[in-house]
Amino acid sequence: MKRIIIATVQDRGGVLNRITGMLNRRQFNIESISVGASDVKGISKMTFVVEVSDKQKLEQLTKQLNKQIDVIKVLDVTDKAIVTRELALVKVVATNQTRAEIMTLISAFRADVIDISKDSLTIQVTGKPEKVDALISLLRPYGIKDLTKTGLTAFPRGYQPEQGFSELNSISAHG
Amino acid sequence: MKVNANQEVEVKSNLVTGSDLLVQALEKAGVEVVFGYPGGAVLPIYDALHRNDTSFKHVLSRHEQGSIHAAEGYARVSGKPGVVIATSGPGATNLITGITDAMMDSIPLVVFTGQVAEQVIGTDAFQEADMIGITTPVTKYNYQVNNIADLPRIVNEAFHIATTGRPGPVVIDIPKSISETVTINDYEDDFYLPGYQPTVYPNPMQISKITDVLSKAERPVLLAGAGILLSGATEELKQFVNNWEIPVVTTLLGLGSYPGGDNLSLGMGGMHGTYTANTAIYESDLLINIGARFDDRLTGNLQHFAPNAKVAHIDIDPAEIGKNVKTAIPIVADAKQALNVLLQQEVKRGDYTKWLDKLKSNQKKYPLWYDRGDSPISPQWLIEQIHEKSKGEAVVTTDVGQHQMWAAQFYPFKNPDNWVTSGGLGTMGFGFPAAIGAQIAKPDHLVISVVGDGGFQMTLQELAILKSQNLPVKVVILNNDALGMVRQWQETFYEKRYSHSLFSENPDFVKLAESYGIKGMRVSDEKDVPKVLEEAFSHDGPVVIDCRIDRDTCVYPMIAPGKGMHEMIGVTK
Ligand SMILES: Cc1ncc(C[n+]2csc(CCOP(=O)(O)OP(=O)(O)O)c2C)c(N)n1
Repeated sequence: MKRIIIATVQDRGGVLNRITGMLNRRQFNIESISVGASDVKGISKMTFVVEVSDKQKLEQLTKQLNKQIDVIKVLDVTDKAIVTRELALVKVVATNQTRAEIMTLISAFRADVIDISKDSLTIQVTGKPEKVDALISLLRPYGIKDLTKTGLTAFPRGYQPEQGFSELNSISAHG
Repeated sequence: MKVNANQEVEVKSNLVTGSDLLVQALEKAGVEVVFGYPGGAVLPIYDALHRNDTSFKHVLSRHEQGSIHAAEGYARVSGKPGVVIATSGPGATNLITGITDAMMDSIPLVVFTGQVAEQVIGTDAFQEADMIGITTPVTKYNYQVNNIADLPRIVNEAFHIATTGRPGPVVIDIPKSISETVTINDYEDDFYLPGYQPTVYPNPMQISKITDVLSKAERPVLLAGAGILLSGATEELKQFVNNWEIPVVTTLLGLGSYPGGDNLSLGMGGMHGTYTANTAIYESDLLINIGARFDDRLTGNLQHFAPNAKVAHIDIDPAEIGKNVKTAIPIVADAKQALNVLLQQEVKRGDYTKWLDKLKSNQKKYPLWYDRGDSPISPQWLIEQIHEKSKGEAVVTTDVGQHQMWAAQFYPFKNPDNWVTSGGLGTMGFGFPAAIGAQIAKPDHLVISVVGDGGFQMTLQELAILKSQNLPVKVVILNNDALGMVRQWQETFYEKRYSHSLFSENPDFVKLAESYGIKGMRVSDEKDVPKVLEEAFSHDGPVVIDCRIDRDTCVYPMIAPGKGMHEMIGVTK
């Protein structure tokens, strides 16, 4: 099962390395990681998309993350009301014949052209992963020269139906 | 004019080097002894050790691996963190085995490695090694000091992290440019670790679940691990076990957490544990694990592990709970605190009479056994003799192999913190230097290092320390001219194809000891053993005894790899 996990971490040297190394060593299957600053100086947020086989593996994953000295909080937001976003940059082949067509196509996705050259367009698209992937597959027939994605970043919504999201480590589980 | 000159002097005296700050921080942390080895990148630190009249002493090893295993032995016996210093590059990489060993066995260490100057980090400078990269997977935490103002805080924080929660090794990598910088002497060392708040006190609701199931259980077993020793909870455990009359199985690292040989003790569990201990776990309907991590050498094949038991697990590291074994009652807490709350509960024990009777009869029917030889000596009998001649009160350190298992089986520990062995990593070369640290921790105690002829040769260069520090460690070599444990597996699982496990050339260990100025003895007849041991143990100084034991003896009983706890081989002769 695919899970989205957000870790709030203290920004210290080597923190990303320590965490990704641990996940790798313990054979967790990470699909994407994105790291960004939070509103508090010195605190970052990491968003992981992981593929785990069962609940026991998932519990191990969150416990191992929590065990890291620099990890302040771990949230599994998969089943919460969340906003997820991803950003992709796509450099696509564009000729005089296809340029206008591509521009129309991407405007439906509210994507932007951020660079134009004689034979290519560079497009920036932001949104849910499905939207980003949909645009990429529509652009593919034109010829994608280069592609980069940021990986997923996520946020619980301000309003949570039912009881709101609960922390996985209800017994402040730090080792 | 005069006033100015005075002021200048005052300012100057307030200037120190980064290395002086380090020395101060170590003193403030209450360090008694540092195990180390000098080199280029730590010359400023060694100079500070020389210049300052430090409140701690420095023990010079002959190999960095010797330093770190000594620090581990010191930590295990004293309950205090072990401190190590090594130079950059090869000095630091020589520590990796010990750091990993300490990580596996939850031993608190604070390890200082020198690093090349900051200006050249990342340029493959002479003796540069990426110690942060290398040690990240094998440390509880690590630091590189990049700002001298952080040094006192980092040292303070490192001692806190190493010794609290589940203990472990912390590495501090100090570039030479930091250790030699001249700086003012007034940096704060307080720290804030919002992501590190170990849970020490148990949830009382969970605790009462344990007593609930205990009152309904018919076949309870308590598994006592090293967590009991690390939290100093042996008295509490004794009381709890006796109040409830629960039989106790000890892990390899947990030996001594409950008195071996006591009425309720079933001995060690696991691969070479007793038949009674292993079948008790297999048949139990309630298994209470305190401070053990369900390592595979204990559990055997997980599919057959305690198949009918409800499992309760008390551990300070939440990630250990439910990692290998499905756990019905998880309790995150320090063992001592959890036991204290358990002791406050009313004792409403179930009827365990039949169970205890059965275990008693198993113990009678299936005791540990061995064959007596005359010459060469039978190793198990030798361990029993060592036990007798040391009144069961010695600190015993072991290396890894057959001798380790025999020591675990035949030297019942009545007291805690007298047993030092490498469990999780199974590090050959550990036992002898660990004894050096143990002897430093307990200078007046009889410290015996039981080693194999293979493992001893991995770190025997530390005999030099015994001499230089005048440490009366008694090294007992169970010499079978073989890598005994490897030989045993080849005999049992590889049709006696003894590939590279038999030694044809061993040194003369007596002469070797003598060349270090140490008393050397040899014994090959059982009839001489009592006399030799008495003489060695009462000798006022270190002794190396070369004990010629039988090469063909195997460690039994055994759970073969892939088998369950109920499938032991070699249970009876
Ligand atoms: C550093 C290291 N290398 C290899 C091994 C694998 N190993 C485990 S036991 C053993 C044999 C040990 O022989 P010896 O020290 O003579 O002890 P004995 O088993 O004979 O008592 C070996 C090679 C190990 N545990 N550690």
